[in-house]
Amino acid sequence: MITELRDLKMNTPKINEPQALLTIQDLRVWYELRRFGFGHAGYVKAVDGVSFALAEGETVAVVGESGCGKSSLMKTILGLNIPTSGEVVFDGENLSGLKGDGLQHYRFKVGYVQQDPYGALPPFMNVQKILEEPLIISGMKSREERLARIHKVMSEVKLHPVEDFLKKFPHMLSGGQQQRIVIARAMLREPKLIVADEPVSMLDASVRVEILKLLRALQESHGLSVIYITHDLSTVKYFSRRIFVMYAGSLIEKADTRQLLGNPLHPYTHALLAATSDPEARNAETFKEVPPGEPPSLVNPPTGCRFHPRCPRFMAGLCDVKFPPDLEPEPGHFVACWLYQ
Amino acid sequence: MNTMSHKLLRIEDLVLHFKTRLGTVQAVDGVDFELDTNRAVVILGESGCGKSSLAKAILRLLPRNVQKYSGEVYLQGTDVMQFDEEQFRHNVRWAAISLVPQAAMNALNPVIKVGEQVAEPAIVHLGVKREAALNLARRMFQHVGVPEDFLERYPFELSGGMRQRVALAMALVTSPSLIVLDEPTSALDLLTQANIMNVLKRIKQELGTSFILITHDIATSSELADEVAIMYAGQIVEVGHARDFFPAPLHPYAQMLMASVPRLRSESDPMFITGQPPSLVNLPTGCRFKARCPFRFDKCEREPLMFGKNSRKVKCWLYE
Repeated sequence: MITELRDLKMNTPKINEPQALLTIQDLRVWYELRRFGFGHAGYVKAVDGVSFALAEGETVAVVGESGCGKSSLMKTILGLNIPTSGEVVFDGENLSGLKGDGLQHYRFKVGYVQQDPYGALPPFMNVQKILEEPLIISGMKSREERLARIHKVMSEVKLHPVEDFLKKFPHMLSGGQQQRIVIARAMLREPKLIVADEPVSMLDASVRVEILKLLRALQESHGLSVIYITHDLSTVKYFSRRIFVMYAGSLIEKADTRQLLGNPLHPYTHALLAATSDPEARNAETFKEVPPGEPPSLVNPPTGCRFHPRCPRFMAGLCDVKFPPDLEPEPGHFVACWLYQ
Repeated sequence: MNTMSHKLLRIEDLVLHFKTRLGTVQAVDGVDFELDTNRAVVILGESGCGKSSLAKAILRLLPRNVQKYSGEVYLQGTDVMQFDEEQFRHNVRWAAISLVPQAAMNALNPVIKVGEQVAEPAIVHLGVKREAALNLARRMFQHVGVPEDFLERYPFELSGGMRQRVALAMALVTSPSLIVLDEPTSALDLLTQANIMNVLKRIKQELGTSFILITHDIATSSELADEVAIMYAGQIVEVGHARDFFPAPLHPYAQMLMASVPRLRSESDPMFITGQPPSLVNLPTGCRFKARCPFRFDKCEREPLMFGKNSRKVKCWLYE
């Protein structure tokens, strides 16, 4: 297994972007599977060879289905997972070298917006306590200073009047207000990067847009970088400049939002776009084209291109044998697919 | 027999109120609608508007704290609200109307093979023998696209999409004429969602089943909808054919709700609705949407009637 890892470290594309805030280089996050507690039974290759760079103030969406490894990728960026191999460099600092205080300081610089706001807020703490806690932990001693900061972030997320909300418990707030508290908490330590994991998927349609617009306004006013993780392609274009499509542990297509939505290249991206509905009555008259099968197991992924068993444009002898490299059929539009060789 | 008896389902002034410590929750408050055979109506609404309670009220699956449960539910011309519990269980629930509850795929019994679970409603409600019921289950598996050998599997061996199909097979096994689906795709992935919608369309074509689809996902709902009903604060505020509704909704709430849907294939900037829906405990008098409505005027202080004709109706004074 170790040799397998070492072999994989070869042939990785180098990324050289001087202004990058976050650089991820051939990242692998593998979880070891054990049999009966000690015998080695293989790896779950949740993230398998992901590379990208994120510039300061840039928004990028990571699109993929559940089980494609997007949560593992996100947790690694947040410093909650230890990478099996590869590098995560944030603001010139390598994440793997950070320990203790260093890691804590790193975590102040990245904010996390969870998917389910109700689950993410402790039910027995009121809003003031929820927001004060991270400030206490980060060493802000003066109570006045803490309250001033809380007032500032709460007005930034448009919870007016602030005083009305401070003493409320999460269950007294609506879903949209809860998500605002979660965003306020992520903004407390003035982060440079926000990782938003499906921030609106649990909210109602009418509130969804409001929260996305709020996130975008915060992104613009603070020059934040945002990684927006979602499976909903229809919201992506209102929010992010670039899209990464993830499938079975790797990024299979990377492009500007307009480029990707206007000219999707990878057959999987085609399938995702075809499956996304707009509310129109004529949808009921036709069947959707959906690739057969389900995403592969990450323990024994298919050889070659991982999408090949489901791919309508599968080429025998090539797709099932060799893993496709990152190709660039048009400038800035990367795709891992043999069709574009 | 009058012409009304041709309707598969007709609901008139259905009311379901719950008693809580805070007061009466008016979850379903005077709902009317009709549904023909082999049609699908989508009930759209935000969380807390009473749409799941409506599903429960139709199937009479009520919790203990019911304060008021009244109205008329005609099933092929018969008022099933007059039935006692035993009659209802024999003739309506699962025999004529079945339900795929919210998060059904997680409600399967983990220690019983899925084939047995799908066969069970047929044994209980149709009174067939186990072997025959298992054969029915096998047929239903074909309809929903689950391989036959999955009959012998346990729920944990199936993916989320497959489990959702099993839940659907369980609703189909008694050949009901109507299936109530409560958020059937909300916890599923995009491609799985598209697959399930395809399965529902195929069932509708092949078996002639009618559907009541309860959801907040407007874009996905359009995949199945023949008719659309918009629910707000316990009431239906607009009903109409999908082909009329989706291009041009009438009720201000419906218009704003449609404008809030992000679209993949258009450049329009989605809007949001300011404010919050009213609490079902303290409902405002008059129109329930008036506090958030940009078009409100004096008349909105009085409860609006259902205006419009035939299949298209809207509960708003603007259309008087």
